Amino acid sequence: MKFNFLKAIIVLVSVFCLATGAWAENLEIKGSTTVLPIAQKAAEAFMKVYPDVNVSVSGGGSGNGIKAIIDGTTDIADASRFIKDKEVKLAVEKGVYPVPFGVAYDCIVPVVHPSNPVANLTKDQLKAIYQGKIKNWKELGGPDKKVVVISRDTSSGTYEVWEKIIMKKERVYPGALLQASNGAVAQSVAKNSYAIGYVGISYLNKDLKALTVNNVEASAENAMSGSYPVSRILYMFTKGWPTGTTLKFINFVMHPAKGQKIVAEAGYVPLY
Amino acid sequence: MNNKRQAKDKIIQYIFFILAFVSIAILCMILFFLVREGVPVFELVTVRDFLFGDYWYPTSDPPDFGIFPLIAASLLVTVCSAAIAIPLGVMTAIYLAEIATARVKEIAKPMVELLASLPSVVIGFFGMVIVAPFLQDVFDIPTGLNLFNASLMLAFMSVPTICTISEDAIASVPIELKEASLALGATHWESIVRVILPASLSGLSTAVILGMSRAIGETMVVLMVAGGAAMVPASIFDPVRPMPASIAAEMAEAPFRGDHYYALFATGMVLFVFTLIFNFIADYLSNKHRQVGASTL
Repeated sequence: MKFNFLKAIIVLVSVFCLATGAWAENLEIKGSTTVLPIAQKAAEAFMKVYPDVNVSVSGGGSGNGIKAIIDGTTDIADASRFIKDKEVKLAVEKGVYPVPFGVAYDCIVPVVHPSNPVANLTKDQLKAIYQGKIKNWKELGGPDKKVVVISRDTSSGTYEVWEKIIMKKERVYPGALLQASNGAVAQSVAKNSYAIGYVGISYLNKDLKALTVNNVEASAENAMSGSYPVSRILYMFTKGWPTGTTLKFINFVMHPAKGQKIVAEAGYVPLY
Repeated sequence: MNNKRQAKDKIIQYIFFILAFVSIAILCMILFFLVREGVPVFELVTVRDFLFGDYWYPTSDPPDFGIFPLIAASLLVTVCSAAIAIPLGVMTAIYLAEIATARVKEIAKPMVELLASLPSVVIGFFGMVIVAPFLQDVFDIPTGLNLFNASLMLAFMSVPTICTISEDAIASVPIELKEASLALGATHWESIVRVILPASLSGLSTAVILGMSRAIGETMVVLMVAGGAAMVPASIFDPVRPMPASIAAEMAEAPFRGDHYYALFATGMVLFVFTLIFNFIADYLSNKHRQVGASTL
């Protein structure tokens, strides 16, 4: 009885190994939720072209993606920020060399409720709002109502860009509301007439009014020309220079007619 | 023959011992991991600055790791939700156990329990999309994502816990006590207040504490509706950021084994200590006031 049981397990395991080996190659992608829509759509299109490759995509955040690259638990890490010094150190200690690929531009756009008359803010005004120095819409040409400041969690890639470009390393004041995702910020600004928030350009919709920054509109052309001030590059990291399927996938994403089209469809700004 | 049966008995004993041991082992492993990942932050800040610091800026340069606003938020949200949930839960339990007819009880009790099966993200979504705009309009406050909204949603979540356990406690009061009270000429209401409630006090306290420990550890709801401002609120309509919300929002992007990561684990330790205290209190109360049967002849 016992012997048979053991035999059964061995047979099962070997069948499983053989089957997965014969069926498909696996490609793991993990990381930033900002890059997730690009990775997801690119993976679907990639699998159509290479049916014998099985691409699995998951979110979890830039930090987790880079951690997975360092630990070797993923093939590609999505990140909405560049790798940090500490992470590079950890990677090198473990003998890993993460290689970055810029795959798209992302614009971060300040948004208000559609009923708000304010249409443009300067970088300095935005900074003062997020520092808690401007507290009333009256000071900005709006109604006599308190500004409800909505920010992102301090470790999100979106926040980091905002902090770097708008806040210039000054702190967002503690009274600002925190939302944990672009979607949640969009949702709460759409539901609050006196709120201001910031989201990635792909999250703009008819319930939000996008503000121009220093009179420059957030758009693909302005991001690429560098005239729109609040934009960033989105990355995919690989463990060492990519080879095999990973290389195929990266090339697919970078291809102007393939992956970069998907980037545009996902609401980001393509590189070309 | 006899030997074989005894051996079988022993084996079964061991199997059950191992199964019981598994959950303890898992708890210990999680605890060990929590402490190992959390303690390094105290090389950067003192325990005192960590617990009582007023500013939480984990990613600035230099960072500030003060979780006092988060602790205050967690406690306030729990207390406010308890203030809503305890009367609601306990009174519902009294109604179900003592007053309701069997038919009403048959329908109402599963309904209350159904409330417990609502996923917290659904309650959070309800609070964010329906309740928040409603509060904004009715009270004319800057934002509906605040302490009050979060407390209300958490109260919805802890009512079923409080109600179910309280109902069991009230129903398990020996019938002799109630009969004696009625026989002495007390009305039904007097019997409930003077005899049945005191007799079920241990069960009621356990229910309340477990309901509160559910509220303090709840993550999704506070993440969605509490607003998330890391400051000590000045009014009940100010946004707050309880500890679980902070951990959930920031952990995904915190650099692995960075200072921020350690600080979040340390926050998790503090949260664990809080729920541990709640559980100890519940345990203590349920033992202290235990009604050990009725004295009948």
